[in-house]
Amino acid sequence: MTEIRTDKAVKSSGLTRRTALKGLGAAAGLMMGPGFVRYSQAQSAEPIRIGFQCHRTGIGAAYGRWYERTTNAAVKLINEAGGINGRPLEIVVEDDGTDPKRGAEVVEKFANQHKVDLVYGTLFSHVVTGSAPAAGELKIPYYVVSEGYHVASGKLNRYCIQPGITDVKAQVRSVAPWIASNIGKKVTLVFPDYAFGHDHRDFFGPAFQEQGGEVVAMLPIPPTETSFTRYFPQIPPDTDAIYHVMVGPAVLTFVKEMGEFFGSQGPALFGFIDSLEAVDLASPGLEFLEGSHFWEGSPRYLQPDASEAQKFYRDAVGIDENGASVNDPKDVSTAAHMFGCWETLYVIKAAMEAADYKGPEDRAKLIEATEAMTEFAEGKEHPQGDKTFNGKIHQCFGHQNISLVENMKLKVVHRTSIEDGIYEPEADYMTMPL
Amino acid sequence: MAFGPYLLLATLEGLVMAAVLALTALGLSLVFGVMRVVNVAHGEFFMLGAVLAWWVSSLVSGNPAIGFLLALIVSPLIVGAVALVSERLVLRRLDYKPEATIVATIGLLYIIQQLVLTFYGPEARPVVAPFDFRIRLPWFGYSSYKLAVIAASILLVLATWFVLTRTKIGLVMRATQYDGEIAQAFGVPVDRVYAGVFALGAMLAAVAAVLIVPIQQAHYLMGLDPLLLSFIVVIIGGLGSLRGTVVAAVLIGLSDGIISVFFSPTLAKIIATSFVALVLVFRPQGLFGAETR
Repeated sequence: MTEIRTDKAVKSSGLTRRTALKGLGAAAGLMMGPGFVRYSQAQSAEPIRIGFQCHRTGIGAAYGRWYERTTNAAVKLINEAGGINGRPLEIVVEDDGTDPKRGAEVVEKFANQHKVDLVYGTLFSHVVTGSAPAAGELKIPYYVVSEGYHVASGKLNRYCIQPGITDVKAQVRSVAPWIASNIGKKVTLVFPDYAFGHDHRDFFGPAFQEQGGEVVAMLPIPPTETSFTRYFPQIPPDTDAIYHVMVGPAVLTFVKEMGEFFGSQGPALFGFIDSLEAVDLASPGLEFLEGSHFWEGSPRYLQPDASEAQKFYRDAVGIDENGASVNDPKDVSTAAHMFGCWETLYVIKAAMEAADYKGPEDRAKLIEATEAMTEFAEGKEHPQGDKTFNGKIHQCFGHQNISLVENMKLKVVHRTSIEDGIYEPEADYMTMPL
Repeated sequence: MAFGPYLLLATLEGLVMAAVLALTALGLSLVFGVMRVVNVAHGEFFMLGAVLAWWVSSLVSGNPAIGFLLALIVSPLIVGAVALVSERLVLRRLDYKPEATIVATIGLLYIIQQLVLTFYGPEARPVVAPFDFRIRLPWFGYSSYKLAVIAASILLVLATWFVLTRTKIGLVMRATQYDGEIAQAFGVPVDRVYAGVFALGAMLAAVAAVLIVPIQQAHYLMGLDPLLLSFIVVIIGGLGSLRGTVVAAVLIGLSDGIISVFFSPTLAKIIATSFVALVLVFRPQGLFGAETR
């Protein structure tokens, strides 16, 4: 019915959609032209523009907000110190809605409309996987801060790089020995039933077996699940520890229901803080986590032995000693991941300087310069710690932290070595054409 | 775990789901029954109820029960007021045309969702349950609050049923549902009945949300699931039929609880949606719905 009405309206006015589009296109062309010429003539004075694919809405919105704050803090410092190759850095933000389809559109928009130099900043693994082909086709560098194994697996393309945060495969390999010797040998895995959870499922088991441990049960949970009690009967009674990694707003329910189900008799817990990023550990219902352990990329709570670089970074981003915003103690950060944005921007800076980057025509040189990197030293540019970088799989490797929940705060009790997480590379992006 | 306790756990989980679903779907069914409006924004009224519950309870310090009880009263009232305003400003101006109202309520869905994202933020925030002692069964522990949710929902459904069948307001609503024009000819203020019903439907969703928010958390995207499930329940039960809605909610809730405990949650969803398809093919008016006139 509605369609018929539209048809009539169009016919009666004598204006077809095609004519309208032609007119609009011509007008847009006229407006774009002079600007474009000016840009290419005065290139050296123009800022370097980075397209920030940000989870402003959707399930990743809490991460997105902190990724944006960290990015802005790092960009401010870089610009105050003279920018990159004498040019200021400018961030163009587009919201991807934490949605893979929208993610690919955003990459295209960055390349064709905003004409940025590169794209950066994505976290959620399904958005990275969905956007990567677009980045490859458009030959635009795509620096992600995602921690999924998809970059290192070699399944993406040569334009996708993850230089700021260790991938899940290396993370689980780093923590497996500690779990086997400190918590128990029989573990039940609880993980979200999609790419990110599957990385945990696929890599923890083998790494744990090498340490003499055994995964006694696996519980995949659909990502939209809101109630968990029904899954707990599947946890075998002889389980020493539950290894849980859940992402999404339902995690508080998960912990609370686990507490109700097991009471004080339950197995020990080892979790990935991903579940509780941006969530206050003092939230009602989380008391059950007291005494359990978590993986953290970078510690949320300021540790007594924190480095000067770490303190500098926390002050610049604006988080207090509890890892919450200095302006609002209830606004808890995603500290275990967002350092990756900071470090990635400094890697981009270093790579652009090494490649003497001038503009989009140097994108291939930028990729090659990044691939040539091998080590990042700890310091203000890398406050989480030193890292190694493998140019073949476009992935960095760093230290991981294991923290104990004590008085509803996280205390780092073990810091893994970089070697703990290293694995045999399964791919070589450098053999792919640019 | 042995079969008996396993089944008990599954049934309890299913009943909690059915309790919340019954209230939410009742609101949707009422709005459709009386106004013939498919309210796509119904899930957002649910979400708004939960978010407001968090806001109200965070204003009150002291015993969590006070904050919760206050939320149980204030949150549905505000949601009802929002629904009333949107009914006056949007639906009424569209003359309640079915196609137009669907599009308009989709718009409403996005407006409410994005406003909540802007002013409340993307986090999931918990509300402390008014009481929360753990009932220790020999095989597993269970939350006493969840049992209270089931009881509260039964009371609220009974109250709705009482209002619809035993009061003058209910009579007026039923008359409007039966034939709006004739009702108007008999002096029923159909226009005001519409406004009231739309607000009441939204308030039922809000009450369900306040009940669930100590179990789940208030989050700006939480409205989608209840909306889809409510549609499933309402289609199976028969649009506009109170009895059908309640029966279908219990059916869907229990089957979801039991099937997802023993098999998988995905299978439970597959069965529920196939059931909807079967109902639509073989009994389009729903299990308890009247033939459309």
